[in-house]
Amino acid sequence: MAQAETTIPPKRELRSVKKKRKRFDEMTYHFMLLPGMVMLFIFSIVPMFGVIMAFQKFIPAKGIFGSKWAGLSNFTYMFQLPDAKQIFINTLVIAVGKIVLGLIVPIVFALLLNEVRLKVFKSSIQTIVYLPHFMSWVVLGTMLTMIFSFDGMINNFLELLGLERIMFLASNDWFRPLLIVTDTWKEFGYGTIVYLAALTAINPALYESAAMDGANRWKQTLHITLPGMFPTIILLGTLSLGNVLNAGFDQVFNLYNPLVYETGDIIDTFVYRMGLINMQYSFATAIGLMKSVISFVLIVISYKLASKYAGYRIF
Amino acid sequence: MIQSKTLGSRLSRLLIMFTLILITFMSLAPIVNTIMVSISSSTAVNAGRVYFLPVELNFSSYAQILKDTKFWNAFLISVERVVLGGAINMILTILMAYPLSRSISQFRSRNTYMWIIVFTMLFSGGIVPWYMVISKLGLINSIWALVLPGAVPVFNVILLMNFFKGIPKELEEAAFIDGAGPIKILLNIFIPISMPSLATIMLFVIVGHWNNFFDGIILINDSSKIPLQTYLQRLSLTRDQMQNLSVEQLQQYNKISNTTLNSAKILVSMIPILLIYPFLQRYLIHGIVLGAVKE
Repeated sequence: MAQAETTIPPKRELRSVKKKRKRFDEMTYHFMLLPGMVMLFIFSIVPMFGVIMAFQKFIPAKGIFGSKWAGLSNFTYMFQLPDAKQIFINTLVIAVGKIVLGLIVPIVFALLLNEVRLKVFKSSIQTIVYLPHFMSWVVLGTMLTMIFSFDGMINNFLELLGLERIMFLASNDWFRPLLIVTDTWKEFGYGTIVYLAALTAINPALYESAAMDGANRWKQTLHITLPGMFPTIILLGTLSLGNVLNAGFDQVFNLYNPLVYETGDIIDTFVYRMGLINMQYSFATAIGLMKSVISFVLIVISYKLASKYAGYRIF
Repeated sequence: MIQSKTLGSRLSRLLIMFTLILITFMSLAPIVNTIMVSISSSTAVNAGRVYFLPVELNFSSYAQILKDTKFWNAFLISVERVVLGGAINMILTILMAYPLSRSISQFRSRNTYMWIIVFTMLFSGGIVPWYMVISKLGLINSIWALVLPGAVPVFNVILLMNFFKGIPKELEEAAFIDGAGPIKILLNIFIPISMPSLATIMLFVIVGHWNNFFDGIILINDSSKIPLQTYLQRLSLTRDQMQNLSVEQLQQYNKISNTTLNSAKILVSMIPILLIYPFLQRYLIHGIVLGAVKE
């Protein structure tokens, strides 16, 4: 007994050992974070300082420190440019369209899928409808261009039905709906995942008691399933607010052409053409900065709302 | 569940099944059509006779691809990118998610790091400064330009961090008492337990690298070094060249471009995704829901 007691250190010493241990652990954590933080610093934080260009008349040969200041002239030019207003409207219309349709379709699809009892059938449908989410817009863009072209499959069907052929990809009337519908087509399966998870959380006893009361399946859906999904719908709805200026660069870039710039050109594609093709660095950065700031504010607001009304926190 | 077996409920059930099959078919239709185009003759394709069955079956476009060194070169660069970039992404994600999943009492600086990381996710300097930093570093035209700028997938870090947070404290405490340090705890407890989450993130990372075409467009000028998606993007007409074409010319262009061959190339580019997708997809639901929605 006496021997065993000597191996156990006194309480105070134990505390200092623990403290040392904690300090050592914290050092390890810092080292673990180091490589990632270096990468973020170089490729995310350093470019943030580049927004200075937005307030300059930037000339690459002179660099950020040598170029002349231009005050807010890049921004005032942006507001004077007639294209700018159009591009802002395009971005909003396309993004809001995608958000609304992209919210409704997965809900309806999840409700339909929820009615299926056959597990094999259910899971194979799910596997198939997720698939487009994992394909690139280059691939889908090429496929869709083929299908929606003037002598493509869709137009052949339209002709069979006795309708006129439509220039989907070159028509300013059709281009936006096309973007919204095809984006929803790509993402609805993937969006269903969260709703299906929400559905499995609903207490089955509710359905049983509703059936006792004589509620049919439609009534059960209306009074149990839909209210059960409501918190998730609210959450995803508020979070999507942060994306109002993200109309989807990859998709537009792979589908648009000069004929539909009027309705299809969005902030991101415009910044790309101005900045990297036409080399108007300062002007492009000014527009990009404008978008970043507005988006940032919107995202912060949407997260605040989500945490307040849906108890959502990302960390 | 109690179900009535009336005619109405049976009919509605049938209607639901039918709608679901129709929607599922619509999800697959473009892909099926592309497959059929790729194995039909060009004349049948240009005449608009190919829908969901091959017309005048021929595999010459695939034979042509086999000999296409440019295509395979781009394919290999994409594979290299996925392996290299994927490894870097996974390692950094794990290394960052673990310390960030600690509580403040365990790791005092945790919130400071967290704010920096979330800020980089929400705010960016825009594409022009981003391009300039990469070009100043001399990365243009190297594989590192495709791999390093996205080395930290912030969204995935947060996903994994939330998963790590959900791991029962008792497991860790037991290891702690046994004298295991953070690295041992991470390697022997956290990583094995998080395999479903890691599989989901791996799927995201692989798909992300494989599908990215844009950094290939702006960061790689040397056409022998572009990844596959950028190669495919260039196939379908450089859009800036189209600026001066009239509607008739655009249609003419569509006629002469080799639709059959391009379809085959697109399908070959999808093979790697289609190969890994079935293996990793079953973890998807688990990974996304657990990581994204915290109780």
